[in-house]
Amino acid sequence: MPFIPHTEADIQAMLASIGAENIDTLFEEIPSSLRSDNFSALGSGLNEMQVSRLMRERAAQDQQPLNFIGAGAYEHHIPAAVWEIATRGEYYTAYTPYQAEASQGTLQTLYEYQSMMASLTGMDVSNASLYDGASGLAEAILMAVRAHKTSRRVLLPATVSPFYRSVAHSILKLQHIELIEIPFDSATGAIDPQALQQYAGSDIAALVIPQPNFFGVLEEVDSLTAWAHAQHAYAIALVNPLSLALLKPPGLWAGSGADIAVGDGQPLGAPLCSGGPYFGFLCCKQVLVRQMPGRIIGRTVDLEGKTGYTLTLQAREQHIRRAKATSNICSNQGLMVTAATIYMALLGVDGLRRTAAASYENTRLLAEMACQLPGVTCLFSSAHFHERVLLLPAATAKVWAQMAEQGISAGYDLGAHYPQLGNALLVCATETKTEADLQRFVAALRHAL
Amino acid sequence: MLIFERSHKGRRNAAQSPQQTVSVSGIPTALLRQDQPLLPEASEMDVVRHYTRLSQKNFSIDTHFYPLGSCTMKHNPRVCNTLAMLPQFQSRHPLAAESTGQGMLACLYELQQILKEVTGMAGVSLMPMAGAQGEFAGIAMIRAYHEARGDTARTEIIVPDAAHGTNPATAVMCGYTVTEIKTDAQGNIDLQALRAATGPKTAGLMLTNPSTLGVFEKQIEAIREIIHEAGGLLYYDGANLNAIIGKVKPGDMGFDVIHMNLHKTFSTPHGGGGPGAGAVGVAERLLAFLPLPVVAMQLSANTVQTYRYLTEADLPQSIGHLAAFTGNIGVLLRAYVYARMLGFAGMLRVSEFATLNANYLLAELQKAGFTIAFPQRRASHEFILSIKPLKDDTGISAMDVAKRLLDKGFHPPTTYFPMLVPECLLIEPTETESKETLDAFVTALKEIREEAYATPELVKGAPYTTPVRRLDDVKAARELDLKWKLVKEQ
Repeated sequence: MPFIPHTEADIQAMLASIGAENIDTLFEEIPSSLRSDNFSALGSGLNEMQVSRLMRERAAQDQQPLNFIGAGAYEHHIPAAVWEIATRGEYYTAYTPYQAEASQGTLQTLYEYQSMMASLTGMDVSNASLYDGASGLAEAILMAVRAHKTSRRVLLPATVSPFYRSVAHSILKLQHIELIEIPFDSATGAIDPQALQQYAGSDIAALVIPQPNFFGVLEEVDSLTAWAHAQHAYAIALVNPLSLALLKPPGLWAGSGADIAVGDGQPLGAPLCSGGPYFGFLCCKQVLVRQMPGRIIGRTVDLEGKTGYTLTLQAREQHIRRAKATSNICSNQGLMVTAATIYMALLGVDGLRRTAAASYENTRLLAEMACQLPGVTCLFSSAHFHERVLLLPAATAKVWAQMAEQGISAGYDLGAHYPQLGNALLVCATETKTEADLQRFVAALRHAL
Repeated sequence: MLIFERSHKGRRNAAQSPQQTVSVSGIPTALLRQDQPLLPEASEMDVVRHYTRLSQKNFSIDTHFYPLGSCTMKHNPRVCNTLAMLPQFQSRHPLAAESTGQGMLACLYELQQILKEVTGMAGVSLMPMAGAQGEFAGIAMIRAYHEARGDTARTEIIVPDAAHGTNPATAVMCGYTVTEIKTDAQGNIDLQALRAATGPKTAGLMLTNPSTLGVFEKQIEAIREIIHEAGGLLYYDGANLNAIIGKVKPGDMGFDVIHMNLHKTFSTPHGGGGPGAGAVGVAERLLAFLPLPVVAMQLSANTVQTYRYLTEADLPQSIGHLAAFTGNIGVLLRAYVYARMLGFAGMLRVSEFATLNANYLLAELQKAGFTIAFPQRRASHEFILSIKPLKDDTGISAMDVAKRLLDKGFHPPTTYFPMLVPECLLIEPTETESKETLDAFVTALKEIREEAYATPELVKGAPYTTPVRRLDDVKAARELDLKWKLVKEQ
């Protein structure tokens, strides 16, 4: 019996203690008309050797193409120590740290994480994670709407990831929050300031400011933040945490800073893994701390005055406040945050900067090389971080499929979400790519055109 | 000591990051960072030692008996981790061609089929990333169903007072108001109260069965009739699925929509708070509303099985996406490996031995003179002990007992939940614990009771053997200290 330690003698002794004839008696309160043990489709169990063989065969089916896709999930080198430590049983198999004295390892790690994220974003406080960046953005918008009190309208630019906008819509429509799309300037690839200006003076709860935006373009974050504040709206910064090793942190945008910073922590040590688990991070100004969703760790002392860490401000949360909680979130992505903390500690500021700068430079080089091919051009004149939009002289889907046949994931086809751009392909080359990799991409692209 | 206090200016890990420093001259200065973020400067050994030592300050399933009620802290087989972390699974980008993920998709498709089978539901989506997000998906589907029928007067969700806090919080996030109904002295829903609360405004009822009181809701068929006759739908909170898996299917009980906590019943690790996976299952009439994506299998002409994700084009009435990509794939792969190892026979045994362990522990504690909250009822996979008589005698509370258990080498059960039972401990041993461990736990509780009478101060001062003693939660909340820098600045 897999994972069940009972011997026949144990079972008999236990039944005798209970006073039950057999195990089935223990289910006597379930109406017999409802009982069912029809699980025939399940098959018989596999032992460890058999299941290992099955899974290795399945894994072998999945080729590992050379990856140039970003679009919200980024391939970075993850130091071996990150997951060696994060999967230690003491981290891996612990529950949520409700019993603080028995959970100081997790709690201190999360406190260190909050410290690192608050510093990286330049914000006052961080929570201990949400599910992912997209659902995190929805939570940030809910926070802003709660704090704003009068408006339920939020400006959500078209330069925000279409995946994030879709999730925000799924979650927020049920609470009648109006999401207004702001178009982008077709020359710069950034939020169109004139389109934004139409909403000046109207009652707006928040403006979402992506940095970098979905195209990899850097937005004019200072003027956008100042504009939001002039409308008495909250500025929600949607950022890539790795980029913050190079870029001005949201806490300093327009001097006074954005009010909430949110995003996906995947670049900080989470493997791509077909989409998850990643984690969402959420940081904000001190005045908004009680509007935050999710768990928060605080430092305190024990009864001998010794420093310790504990879950705090729990009166915001569903297990205390029930229907009046700031969110229904309970489980978060704790283990991913443990990995991210170890990742940031290993790389330090210097390592993060080198990683971010190398990703910037590789993408710049890739775009430069690709644009030497006949008919290929780079879209958008604004500065970029580590993604670029290439305009191709042939149908993107066809080119993409041909490059896939050559073992290359060429990028993200923007056709479905931004048809107005034409044959546009969003490419990303992180620090993991060598010059030979870039040349292989260009050669495959040339072949496909 | 914090990692920041181990930092040494100028120290860095040359092996962990790119060798070259390159300039980012294409980015305007106004957009660049001028200040230095506060990250530690430490060697690999500093970091490895620091976090290894921190990990050792945790209780975990791998180190301790962890009978947290409603949390299903069963053994997390190591092979599930090993196989989910195979490089091909780890390295695949979520937007890569589906042809490069057929092995992964085959696992997910089969997991969907397994979950359908064990719950008796017509369809499953693996998308939700945790139990609470599964609840959100479930209630959003109920709402979408009513709206699709033009039935828009339904504004209320009914929730029993013993429910998890996520239930009412979820109903509110889905735009509903919450009506709470009482539980009777036997731990059942008060049917009269339910009838009174149900009507044309009822969108649905959220129910955990067995309930958080550790007993099976025997009137489930009557409850189903009341809700369905009023036009509402029945939501199953799968937090306690471990108690019934292999014995009764939520679909057969009449539930229209359910979520399953794969990090409970399907043994994926809790990771210090997550990630989880909250797959949802639905009855026929809700199939069209499942959250995206769902994995579909196609047989091509030469009978080769291929797998693909369904999109909005396939499910135009879907409640949509709840994650940027496809949910917690790594967690789902672990659950799949576990399910395949158990197979048909193993799945039946989960609830049998979870229930045997709970009832044995209950019997032994009852014989030892402890007070069981519902002694006239058969325990499910968990049960409630009330410490109130001990508190009346000695002043020792459920919290004191919990803290003293730490000194005896046991993680305590869930304390003060459900709130209906005073001074309660909700105990869930799970099927993977041996009789010896359960016996040792009973012995520890007996010792603590003796201490409560002989030396109550000893128990009130516990724990003594943990890295810290009882923490000042009031100070933590009043003098918020949520990051290291804040302290240094003050």
